[in-house]
Amino acid sequence: MTGDVILLGLAGVIASGAPIVLAAIGETLTERAGVINLSLNGLIILSAMAGFWVAIETDSILLGYLAGALVGALVSAIVAFSSITLKQSQVAVGFILTITCRDLAYLLGNPIMGRQGPIMLSTPIPLLRDIPILGPLLFQQSLMTYFSIILIFVTWFWISKTKPGLMLQGIGEKPAAAFVRGANVSMMRYLYTILGGALVGLAGPLYTLSVKPGWKGTITGLDGIGWIALAITIFGGWNPIRVAFGAYLFAFLQWLGLVLQSSWTFIPSQVLQVAPFPLMILTLLLVNLGNTEWMERLLATLPDGVRNRVKKLIRSLRSQPPAALGTPFERQ
Amino acid sequence: MKPSRTRNISILFQLGGLVLAFGFVSLILLLIDADPIQAFSLLWEGAVGNTTRIASVFVVWVPIVLVTCGVLVTFTAGLWNIGIEGQITIGAIFTTGVIRMFLDTPVNPVLVIILSMLAGMLGGALWAVLAGVLKVFSGVNEIFGGLGLNFIATALNIGLIFGAWSRPGVASMSGTEPFPEVYWLPTFQNFRFSWYSILLSVIGLVVIYFLLQGTHFGLRLKAVGKSIKSAFRLGITTWQHMLLAFLVCGVFAGLAGALQVVAVYHRLIPSISSGYGFMGLMIGMLINYQAIWVAPIALFFAALNIGGIQLPIVMKLDSALTGVLQGSLVLFVLLMQGVKQRVLGKQ
Repeated sequence: MTGDVILLGLAGVIASGAPIVLAAIGETLTERAGVINLSLNGLIILSAMAGFWVAIETDSILLGYLAGALVGALVSAIVAFSSITLKQSQVAVGFILTITCRDLAYLLGNPIMGRQGPIMLSTPIPLLRDIPILGPLLFQQSLMTYFSIILIFVTWFWISKTKPGLMLQGIGEKPAAAFVRGANVSMMRYLYTILGGALVGLAGPLYTLSVKPGWKGTITGLDGIGWIALAITIFGGWNPIRVAFGAYLFAFLQWLGLVLQSSWTFIPSQVLQVAPFPLMILTLLLVNLGNTEWMERLLATLPDGVRNRVKKLIRSLRSQPPAALGTPFERQ
Repeated sequence: MKPSRTRNISILFQLGGLVLAFGFVSLILLLIDADPIQAFSLLWEGAVGNTTRIASVFVVWVPIVLVTCGVLVTFTAGLWNIGIEGQITIGAIFTTGVIRMFLDTPVNPVLVIILSMLAGMLGGALWAVLAGVLKVFSGVNEIFGGLGLNFIATALNIGLIFGAWSRPGVASMSGTEPFPEVYWLPTFQNFRFSWYSILLSVIGLVVIYFLLQGTHFGLRLKAVGKSIKSAFRLGITTWQHMLLAFLVCGVFAGLAGALQVVAVYHRLIPSISSGYGFMGLMIGMLINYQAIWVAPIALFFAALNIGGIQLPIVMKLDSALTGVLQGSLVLFVLLMQGVKQRVLGKQ
């Protein structure tokens, strides 16, 4: 394999990682506010169909993305309403929505199945595109890919460096304390759930208008992406930078699977296709190791020098959820 | 307020959810230029139009009842057993494996069928306990552990159908080579419907009802489900109870998978779990985890499933309509429950 081919492949990883970045960052914002939006998988499929539909009807890619974001916001508003206002289980409502949205997408998308739609072209950035290696890797992508990269840093900055971001952290960690300090917990949770959902809703059209163009019903190949994005949010420890790293890692592994499939024909292609999923369990196992009791006991038996090094490694991997994640907030 | 009056109000809100769900689906149908009345009557006609269809409804009723019984146990322990789809699949794989082992041997087929079904239950239980171990000992949330295991089970299933167990000559999506008829669970006349399956699901229903309502174990599971911390303080070994809940659920899921092989398809097919696991979770939520409602609601969902088969042929509608109807039903009933609690205040 020559360098150019590898570079092209890696640029493809950045592009195919973009929708996962959007979805996982959106979910990170929502979960940082203390709400789990479990509807991701169905939401991405529904917004993918809706975005594609609107894009072919209006011949406008922009409107397609707006439709996707709108679908994401609406579905997430249901999650917010039922969990914040009606105090129903977030997991239950999210699960129902994830199944129902998927079926809804297949039902509504039946007439547009297999139709030719607009495809978003890449927009190379003048000057920057000519930088060796970095140019072809980062600066010859589509506008949405640029947006996804910028979003990573904006979200990180927002959460950890701004005042509203600190408030957001408080709402997810200690909502009662944030409330005392004047935060409107319910309102903020609504806001971040809907905003996060809108970002997730952009991921759908990014598939059907760019990464995997077209709507092909059940074989569009988007089933499972939402669950991966949810797992990556955990893997990333609710930190946008680490979450993005997880998303790109996943996209990289998928690409690697495709490459290996052509050269390692002795492995059935079905195995390589699902390889990311056991890996997902394994990584979740890894980030949880530091939270288990038996690990602590095991560590205690090791000699000092080794123990400290292992401890450091495990601590760096560890990911801990916002303390109030998934729990309703009751004004006392 | 009198208990009878609260119950009436509850039913009123549930009916409200039902009406909203049908209203929502009608709107969706109008959006895609389909006649809702025609669609609903087609669903009804498709489910009860003739004896073959009614028999088919009961064929689907069996696995739905079994998985719903199973998830009631995990729900009671406060667990989300999303891995149930994989547990059905592994159950079916184990069952197929045992029958394949005894093909062309002089062993009594009845014994083989019984053994294969026991193997199916074991397979389902193993896969469920795996999700439980991941949850209890390493803190991998059962939702993600279960999902990952679902994908692995599917891959294993398809790998077997196209690989080691493929049909001589052509491997295809139609599944493995069908078993000789002696290894089929006896069916009623010419229908795909077996009294043994029905009997097993009824036994399952009774077992789960008494396990959850009438035993000390059921009570302890409830305690774990309500609050792990207080259950632990009461001296309940919470991790054992969680694993046991997974185990019981896995046995039921494995049995459902086993019956799909020995009573329905007589072979392994790619989509052997048919989404019944997720349907069981939905029904569990819809009936608010009350075992007494499993049989009728499972019948309703089974009827919708069979009724939906005709939709693509007659109305050119995607059969996903059935899923949309079932999903919105659960969603609106759940939302109405929240509205009720909000309107009436905490009780």
